[in-house]
Amino acid sequence: MAIGERIHKFILNNKNIVLDINSGAVHLVDDVVYHILDYYEAKSVDEIIELLKGKYDQKTISEAYKEIKILEKEGLLYSYESNIKDIRYNEDNIIKALCLHVAHDCNLRCKYCFASQGDFKGGRSLMNLNVGKRALEFLMENSGNRKNLEVDFFGGEPLMNFDLVKELVHYGRQLEEKNNKHFRFTITTNGVLLDDDKINFINEHMDNVVLSLDGRREINDNMRKTVSGRGSYDIILPKFKELVNKRGDKDYYIRGTFTSFNLDFSEDALDFYHNGFKKISMEPVVTEPDMDYALREEHLETILEEYEKFSKDYIEIKRQDKDFLFFHFMIDLKQGPCLAKRAVGCGAGSEYMAVTPQGDLYPCHQFVGDENFRIGDVFTGVKNGQLRQEFNKANVFNKEECRSCWARFYCSGGCHANAYNTNKDIMKPYKTGCEMEKKRIECAISILANLED
Amino acid sequence: MKHIKTISGSNLKDTLVKGGCGECQTSCQSACKTSCTVGNQKCENR
Repeated sequence: MAIGERIHKFILNNKNIVLDINSGAVHLVDDVVYHILDYYEAKSVDEIIELLKGKYDQKTISEAYKEIKILEKEGLLYSYESNIKDIRYNEDNIIKALCLHVAHDCNLRCKYCFASQGDFKGGRSLMNLNVGKRALEFLMENSGNRKNLEVDFFGGEPLMNFDLVKELVHYGRQLEEKNNKHFRFTITTNGVLLDDDKINFINEHMDNVVLSLDGRREINDNMRKTVSGRGSYDIILPKFKELVNKRGDKDYYIRGTFTSFNLDFSEDALDFYHNGFKKISMEPVVTEPDMDYALREEHLETILEEYEKFSKDYIEIKRQDKDFLFFHFMIDLKQGPCLAKRAVGCGAGSEYMAVTPQGDLYPCHQFVGDENFRIGDVFTGVKNGQLRQEFNKANVFNKEECRSCWARFYCSGGCHANAYNTNKDIMKPYKTGCEMEKKRIECAISILANLED
Repeated sequence: MKHIKTISGSNLKDTLVKGGCGECQTSCQSACKTSCTVGNQKCENR
């Protein structure tokens, strides 16, 4: 096997970092080790001494070589992949998470909305109680031995149907008691309709809340407009501040989307921080490549530099404020997910599905509205077993481009919708997205290295 | 070690023994809703 396929090394934020791809071990190394690794697999120790003798003395090279050897023997460097190619994933077709589209309607007109300004190309509609209850029952019935079930109230804008959200939370609590399960409710909202009552309910019942805003006022107001065409920033910001102030230590994320119009998106993340928000996410826009705001290959270099720049700011802030979190720079090298989870990814179309206001099932929220991806409905169950199988098998072992990628156990194959939007094939990853994800992982590891070292 | 500092020596392969319980959060539900990052999720089975 060629060098590079079992380890990945990079220099970032003043650290020489080596990732052992298959074990997940991470090492900080000095310059001599970093150089030796260029030749370690192909050359003998004597040959390496000869090659590097102008740079380091013989004793140092031998010493460093021995340390590499020890880690190799311990299975923490150059380790081989476990034999899990034929990993069996969700053979029982258990469903444990639903994205409930309680409103296919929205009170904003965001230019980049993948949901066609809220209606998912299917006309404006609200989910009724009958469909909502049936969705929770469907989840319960299909959850097998899973105890933790997840329901995200999504839209459109879910606050436009908030009475239903309340009723479903109460119904869910009844169901979980009867069935010895636990629902984790979450909500994703633009905040326009937040008031004291909704804030209190959300803070009491939602395990996590995702608050949509795009960072700086001018950036937000350029893309996220009200129905009458005005900026939404000044309506939303005070409401989000109030919600977060009252939320205590429960989870939330303030989540922005960045596009080709704000490639300096770290400024938006920092703007959130300066407004008092600590848990932050900025996501690359998902769209067809021909839109003027789309992120295209020509933007990639700037985006990667921006992530690096932000990682430096992040280290500085993190040293003063440990509560500051950027979703994509979080990485837990010791307590993270198991290999099985890392191999199979997001679970869309298999253990995770989206439900429309009419009760139709789709592999995830991103596919809603594309008839070819209608997988069934909550009343009669999954009808398109073949589609479910296709999603079930879309993992890092079956995607050709993921097989040789060092980041495969961190991104887990990437977003199916991104792949489909770009290549019309869920098995072919969205390359620009892959490069961004790789940079984010490098940044995340280098941040950890700086904070721990 | 003089030249190498291991900042994480845990081995993903060890998680094959107990892993795959499926109780952890669906990654897309946590914040992104678009970009599938699994490596930063928490394990529920430790």
